[in-house]
Amino acid sequence: MAKRIEVSDLNIYYGDFRAVEGVNISIEPRSITALIGPSGCGKSTFLRSLNRMHEVLPGARVEGKVVMDGQDLYGADVDPVDVRRQIGMVFQRPNPFPTMSIYDNVIAGNRLNNKKMKKSEADDLVEKSLRGANLWNEVKDRLDRPGSGLSGGQQQRLCIARAIAVEPDVLLMDEPCSALDPISTLAIEDLMTELKEQFTIVIVTHNMQQAARVSESTGFFNLNGVGQPGRLIEFNPTEKIFSNPDEKATEDYISGRFG
Amino acid sequence: MTATKAPSEPMRQPAVRRPGDRIFAGSAKASGIFILLVLAGVAAFLIGEAIPALTAPAEEIPGGEGLAAYIGPLVLGTLLGAVLALLVATPLAVGIALYVTYYAPRRIAAAMGYVIDLLAAIPSVVYGFWGLAVLAPALRPFHSWAADTLGFIPFFAGPASTTGRTMFTVGLVLAVMILPIISAISREVFTQAPALHREAALALGATRWEMIRMAVLPYGKSGVIAGAMLGLGRALGETMAVAIVLSGGAGATLTLISNSNPSTIASNIALRFPEATGIDVNTLIASGLVLFVITLGVNMLARWVVNRRADFSGAN
Repeated sequence: MAKRIEVSDLNIYYGDFRAVEGVNISIEPRSITALIGPSGCGKSTFLRSLNRMHEVLPGARVEGKVVMDGQDLYGADVDPVDVRRQIGMVFQRPNPFPTMSIYDNVIAGNRLNNKKMKKSEADDLVEKSLRGANLWNEVKDRLDRPGSGLSGGQQQRLCIARAIAVEPDVLLMDEPCSALDPISTLAIEDLMTELKEQFTIVIVTHNMQQAARVSESTGFFNLNGVGQPGRLIEFNPTEKIFSNPDEKATEDYISGRFG
Repeated sequence: MTATKAPSEPMRQPAVRRPGDRIFAGSAKASGIFILLVLAGVAAFLIGEAIPALTAPAEEIPGGEGLAAYIGPLVLGTLLGAVLALLVATPLAVGIALYVTYYAPRRIAAAMGYVIDLLAAIPSVVYGFWGLAVLAPALRPFHSWAADTLGFIPFFAGPASTTGRTMFTVGLVLAVMILPIISAISREVFTQAPALHREAALALGATRWEMIRMAVLPYGKSGVIAGAMLGLGRALGETMAVAIVLSGGAGATLTLISNSNPSTIASNIALRFPEATGIDVNTLIASGLVLFVITLGVNMLARWVVNRRADFSGAN
């Protein structure tokens, strides 16, 4: 079940430091939204605020509204644990649990959500999720081996399988390909285009070709200088961003005339 | 003949080595050899001095029933006290370490860390007096309660001690003594649990406890075991505190709460050595050899446990 996310007037802080300021954005369901921008501009911070992962760092907090299909994610009675169960996340570096087998990695999230699962149900879910992540054929004979024995690209697809196994509404990806070689990157990009049939996907990337290839909409983050908060400069359909952006700063950045 | 000449065997060039490298490598190697020599020296001494006791006729050994009958109860006492200490201290230490690393506010965590480390700085003779003067009297009601209600378990068979100077009290004193070692090592490995995996767990919707179970405990397990084994080593060898607290010397009994307790190897040596002569000295040294073997065995077991699932350890 893909869902829409509406963000209004979002400010994000690390202690007293305002890292991101005044973000208004509407993320469409069943599409890929890419966030681009220079390092330190706050795009990863913004991404992490969408599933309330930002606040696990000491002193980190958020002001403003993030609403997913009418549900205020920062409402007073909302448990961040529930938010994270609805909004999955894939990180920059592949991080399968090293102490678990491939099989256990895939259903790690389901074991949290519902402790009792029949063996056959679990088997089906593992196969479905690994197929969904285009990894099944490569690992079906060694499901009981540790996930850390896979290659980087396989590990990242294992992490995607783990994230989609709990059937989240939204999938957040924080530079999922930056630690991978071009072939693994291509595999993940293909996978993303398949996954957007079911999920809302938000991806942070430093690779502008990647943003252009896979996304429907693109947001450009920038900051005025070191120590200044990052802002969302422009948010438009990807084609427009890469051909005829509204803002001069966007054009400078994507054409490499930045800084 | 136009065939090219077969390439000659490549010469193995000696690697260029800098003097600093050579000095460092040499001193590291020397330290390694030194520790082995010390160990071998201790083992040789123990074995050499124990041989007369091993070969002596049974009636010459103190007690008059042979070496096994003399050392057996001591081994039992040593293991009882140390294992009890380990059972009490390990869960407590892991709890403390988790609280300090993942639950406590930062300022309290730092303060608690110092307090725990301070426990390790207290001399064992002080622990002994504390156990004798405070803990033993305080535990008297527990002893009689345990004898009344849990008496059917061999460990709590009566009659209950009226002084409290029992194996149970010793176990608790030892538990407090080994707490800092286990919790310090556990704390160290828990803080090193990679943020990568902690965040992976949280992002899946794990609560803090579930995150600890998925990403911290599996990662820290081998460290906790190593800490527990270090603690066990200390508990096995602890001399002063046990000698002060325990009214030992009775034969092999399993009960923890009565006045008839087996002594422990280390405290028995400390109490008897000053007055021992002749074959008695060799007997005591033989018991020391047994302690040495037990401690060695414990450490090897720990290593085996840690290495058993090396694939899944997170080190790769």
